Amino acid sequence: MNALFVMLLIPVVAAGVLALLRPWHLAAGVNVGASALGLACTAWLGWQVAAHGVVSGAGFHVDGFSMALVALTAFVGLTTAVFSRTYMRQLYDSGTVAATRMRLYHAMYQLFMFTMLLALTTDNLGVLWVAVEGATLATVLLVSLYRTSESIEAAWKYFVLCSVGIALALFGTVLTYFAAGHLGAAAVPGLSMSALHEHAAGLQPSVMSLAFVFLLVGYGTKAGLVPMHQWLPDAHSEGPAPMSAMLSGLLLNVALYAIVRVKLLVDGSLASSSNPYLAGQLLMGFGLVSFLVAAFFLHRQRDIKRLFSYSSVEHMGIVTFAFGLGGPIATFGALLHMLSHSLAKSAIFVTVGYAARIAGSQGLEHIRGLIRTQPAVGWSLVAGVAAIAGLPPFGIFAGEFLLLVATVDTRPWLAVVLLAGLVVAFAGLFRHLQPVVFGAAPEGQRPVRAAMAPVLLHLGLAAWFGLAMPGVLAGWLHGATFLISGDTLP
Amino acid sequence: MLPSTLTFMQQLVPVLAALVLFLSFVLLAQARPLSAVHAFAWQGALLAAVTVAVAAVSGHGHLYVSAFITFALKAVLIPWMLHRLIRRLALDRSVEGVASPALLNMAAVALVIFSYWLVLPIVQHESGITRNIVAISLAVVLIGLLMMVFRQQAVSQVIGFMSMENGLFLAAVSATGGMPLVVELGIAFDVLVAMVLFGVFFLEIQASIDSLDVDRLNRLHEREDESP
Repeated sequence: MNALFVMLLIPVVAAGVLALLRPWHLAAGVNVGASALGLACTAWLGWQVAAHGVVSGAGFHVDGFSMALVALTAFVGLTTAVFSRTYMRQLYDSGTVAATRMRLYHAMYQLFMFTMLLALTTDNLGVLWVAVEGATLATVLLVSLYRTSESIEAAWKYFVLCSVGIALALFGTVLTYFAAGHLGAAAVPGLSMSALHEHAAGLQPSVMSLAFVFLLVGYGTKAGLVPMHQWLPDAHSEGPAPMSAMLSGLLLNVALYAIVRVKLLVDGSLASSSNPYLAGQLLMGFGLVSFLVAAFFLHRQRDIKRLFSYSSVEHMGIVTFAFGLGGPIATFGALLHMLSHSLAKSAIFVTVGYAARIAGSQGLEHIRGLIRTQPAVGWSLVAGVAAIAGLPPFGIFAGEFLLLVATVDTRPWLAVVLLAGLVVAFAGLFRHLQPVVFGAAPEGQRPVRAAMAPVLLHLGLAAWFGLAMPGVLAGWLHGATFLISGDTLP
Repeated sequence: MLPSTLTFMQQLVPVLAALVLFLSFVLLAQARPLSAVHAFAWQGALLAAVTVAVAAVSGHGHLYVSAFITFALKAVLIPWMLHRLIRRLALDRSVEGVASPALLNMAAVALVIFSYWLVLPIVQHESGITRNIVAISLAVVLIGLLMMVFRQQAVSQVIGFMSMENGLFLAAVSATGGMPLVVELGIAFDVLVAMVLFGVFFLEIQASIDSLDVDRLNRLHEREDESP
């Protein structure tokens, strides 16, 4: 329990300190230090979860599912903090971002970490909502950090769309509470998800299916499911690169986590009704549409960050589809896919930050010949795109493979659609990648100062997850698979 | 349950809830930002009154606290902040035309009917009151959404959003007897921070496009794949 409290306390304290700290180079150091401390506490908590299976009490509940995502969040938070130190320093030196904005950036960075960790560890459905909304509030000013009219527009869109979406999720939460009211207050204290899960069979199916629609639309907006994805490419392309890495790598996962948690309640409630798979079918539908639409949109992109944000929509679609399909194989694949995608995608956004700086533009037609100018950046981008395109040996390949196996088993005709979509997405990524990396470099293109260690670490981990998984992580994921699909891997 | 068997307070709850819905219609019809803020403040005050009535009926003590928070936040603080922003941005004389107000009202009426239809299967075991209130609060939420879609002014969109929040709060209070206090405090805090951020954005948007007409925020869109 203590590990959990310390883990949550660190970013809050750090945010307070960073909000007051004037010298910005010190602030960047504090940001890295706090993230490192947070990761250490996460390891402590992870050890407890591995030992006991579940750590719960005082309104928190950490099981394998949340623990895997908490560890991922703390890890990506640290590597991105390391990256943002050099990246933001150059922004400051070039006069793009003023000193007060640097202070805002660092304080909000830690608050954002806090809201995500809170969302992942809380046991209360209402607090989960508050934390996810808090994550929007913490990041919205970071999207408009450059204060160009484009970035303000992107931030406004992000703010309004996500707030409205999340408001609908609150209505779903109220309906869930309404359904829980019939169980008696003693059975379900507050909005405790573990207690609701235990008594899910007693929740009124008609209320819960209506609640799920609202919750899915609400949290789905945040997860970037089509057609509620409109904010995502704008927010990713206009914010600073570390922010894009965090939004794509972490926030989307948190939203998806909320959807899966709610799905468990609805499944339990609908188990004996006439349509027990309603939640799964809705997830499959939304997931497949997001995946296909985003795969085709990849071809039309002209901005490198928009390209990769559509790729995030595509991957969220696949994962949502896999969770909807259910069953232990698809669920395990989805979890593996989530983790590997986060690692690979945040590595890509870091690399893209450097690439855009080398070329002096985010336009795909201006970025050329990275491999000649700066081989480290060029090769990292190739490896990263290979990872998210689903090439072996990366974890995404393993996840997609498991999903295909499960799909062929249960719904063979959907496997055809899935494969076709994967090919379209693959082509969409590589047609843009080829000239960007291998094309002729323009005259006078210079390499920039780049720390590639975090990128290599991320890609190395993503490859490791695809080949052989560390035992602790496998334990968490097996626990999560059992929780979500109600069955163990064959 | 027949209406005559209900106590005065029990009868008061749906009446006040219906008035909240009525104010949503009033809000939808306002062309001037300042009068919209006033209507919004009245809606917040009515919401606080509903909360007090529910507290008196159900005997939940913590509802008095949330009634106080609602009144302070929705009827005083947020309207006051909006008021100040509108004066600062010199919007108090501006009139925002809506293409066809009659059609907008019809759409709102349709949304109310739709809400009633949507909650029909939910509450077969409930008394008529709960069903009415869930439907009313859903209608308030949807009308707030309608307002956000059909208004171009950033201020009106924010008022629409806040009115959606009112609908959510109405549902939480009257259908379930209030959310747990920690959740309610969290929501109130989020709403307050959101309002502050909206204020910051008004100033930034004004500085960037010299207007608060968000239809003019149109630089980012999917570009056609023309030759560079």
